[in-house]
Amino acid sequence: MAAAMTKDARRADATEARLAALALPKGGFTAPARADALARLRATGLPVRRDEYWRWTDPARLNADRPDEGAAFRVDRPIFEGRDKVRLVFEDGVFDAAASDDPALAGVEIARLSEADRADIHWAKAHYGALEAAGQSPVLRPFAALNTAAATEGLLIRVTGKAPRPLHISYRQSEKTSDVILHHVVRVEEGAALTLLETGTPGARANVVTEVDVAKDGQFHHIRPQGRAIDRVMVTHLFARVAEGATFKSFTLTTNGRFTRNEAVIHIAGDGATAHIAGAALGDGEDGPFHHDDTVFVTHDAVGCESRQVFKKVLKHGATGVFQGKILVRPGAQKTDGYQISQSLLLDDDSQFLAKPELEIYADDVKCSHGSTTGAIDETALFYLRSRGVAEEDAKALLILSFLADAIAEIEDAEIAADVVERLEDWLQRRRK
Amino acid sequence: MLEIKNLHVELEEGGKPILKGVNLTIEAGKVHAIMGPNGSGKSTLSYVLSGRDGYVVTDGSATLDGEELLEMEPEERAAAGLFLAFQYPVEIPGVGNMTFLRTAVNAQRKARGEAELSAGEFLKIVREKAKTLKIDAEMLKRPVNVGFSGGEKKRNEILQMAMLEPRMCILDETDSGLDVDAMKLVADGVNALRDPGRAFLVITHYQRLLDHIRPDVVHIMADGRIVKTGGPELALEVERNGYADILAEIA
Repeated sequence: MAAAMTKDARRADATEARLAALALPKGGFTAPARADALARLRATGLPVRRDEYWRWTDPARLNADRPDEGAAFRVDRPIFEGRDKVRLVFEDGVFDAAASDDPALAGVEIARLSEADRADIHWAKAHYGALEAAGQSPVLRPFAALNTAAATEGLLIRVTGKAPRPLHISYRQSEKTSDVILHHVVRVEEGAALTLLETGTPGARANVVTEVDVAKDGQFHHIRPQGRAIDRVMVTHLFARVAEGATFKSFTLTTNGRFTRNEAVIHIAGDGATAHIAGAALGDGEDGPFHHDDTVFVTHDAVGCESRQVFKKVLKHGATGVFQGKILVRPGAQKTDGYQISQSLLLDDDSQFLAKPELEIYADDVKCSHGSTTGAIDETALFYLRSRGVAEEDAKALLILSFLADAIAEIEDAEIAADVVERLEDWLQRRRK
Repeated sequence: MLEIKNLHVELEEGGKPILKGVNLTIEAGKVHAIMGPNGSGKSTLSYVLSGRDGYVVTDGSATLDGEELLEMEPEERAAAGLFLAFQYPVEIPGVGNMTFLRTAVNAQRKARGEAELSAGEFLKIVREKAKTLKIDAEMLKRPVNVGFSGGEKKRNEILQMAMLEPRMCILDETDSGLDVDAMKLVADGVNALRDPGRAFLVITHYQRLLDHIRPDVVHIMADGRIVKTGGPELALEVERNGYADILAEIA
């Protein structure tokens, strides 16, 4: 008992130390949500490695009061350059008006959190921190609570029509020790639609929360190629609520990154809704440490809904991949069609993939399945390609793309998918020896 | 063109000898067939020639126009003009058939120091060749061999052969899993490629493929060696009497 007290006290001290290093914004309309989040965080504390949910991913780098010194960064190669879109740029967490497009997009209201939060009244008042708070059960997500309490910037996006062009949030890092906390709120109104592109490295260390509330028959598509900075440390949370007949689809590409934890918490709340979440991660430990964690929780809470989790990882030279994915089917969520697949392709013996797929079902008329595999390059397929004259390294690259294809297929827009494939090919090409 | 001398091969794992001194010479413009019972080493011969892992050559040589094949990587053998039509073509999800074909064609052109084909040039050629094999645009767009029927897979092998224009073509049990119509289509594709500068080695279990692809020379393989060589009539003899008589005659 005494030991437990000591551990709890230590956790509380660590939490206070982390909070002390932050300048907590005194919000306008977000003040109640921030106070609530802060109280929740203080009640639970920041995670430690002995917590079940952090067993495979050590949260120490996120808990530290400041990011590591001397983090190397690179200017990200631009992606989606040829696409017609509205781009908003954040450099080390600060909005860069000069580098951004005019934030005018038909059917979409866009505001900056730091500006909007000077007022006490805003449409986002009922939304800021709401899905995050709901997403704390049944599993705690302390870094998301920290984010709601401490976020300094973000976008408040209200979609009232079918947006004619994607909105592009472009992150840049220029400071070697920038510590960035961003919080976005997206509300897709009934029958409205938005494609959100999110690219780049927000900072040396980044904590990004995105809350997406998709109303009846709304559509939200999210494509997120995360920045390729070798040393970046990042935790992201994507909270979504999907109403009747609505669609939510999110795809994340991760190449490089010392530490990435991408959490997704999706609540399928209305009948006939669809939620897909996919990720492709490629890590080569030779460039620097690579640890990538996808932690996903999908809750079916309505009738006749479809969910997909498709996660693929390509790991080399001591890279580590983690997948924790759950499908929870609540009582009454009949005719649920849930599917989850997590797969890794290990390009050598040094790398590891840790997976914990879970199903928890409280309805009797459902179709749910999950699978998880770990494997090497298929030697027969490699020989087949080489026997046609394709050089070994090119053949391997083709087979890696083949392995990732199911995840990429989750990107609905063919041109955007082509850009993502090009980014992948580029990454593979640069790793030729 | 292809000259195999005293080829001895064993399995890498376990060291079991499979080929025990194969001698075979195939001249340009000729079609040779190898027949033989299961386990005689026919498929192993095709894999060893094309460079698949898992085999150790303990003696002998195999040259293509005087160049030693056995020292080359599989892709180098392909660039040198060797092609193997697989008994079990491999499915590659997520890679379009067209992308695969263009990658292969251009890789070989590059290896031979030729200019790569432009997308337009490539498309024109592939459409033309696909048409004669009754391969439609849909099949070209689909991932390599994924969801293809047995016949479609074999036609796809012949399309690759037609696109790559190899000089030495090895067909490993291309007739397996084919109905009569599909076999005719595949045979027509092969016959269309017959050329004074090109040779074929047709590995088959049964005589029926040889009704459509008429061989110049037929070899019988048993226990890792070529035990008998003759004309097309040898295939008919196998068809009538099976292998037992021939093997008994040799023993």
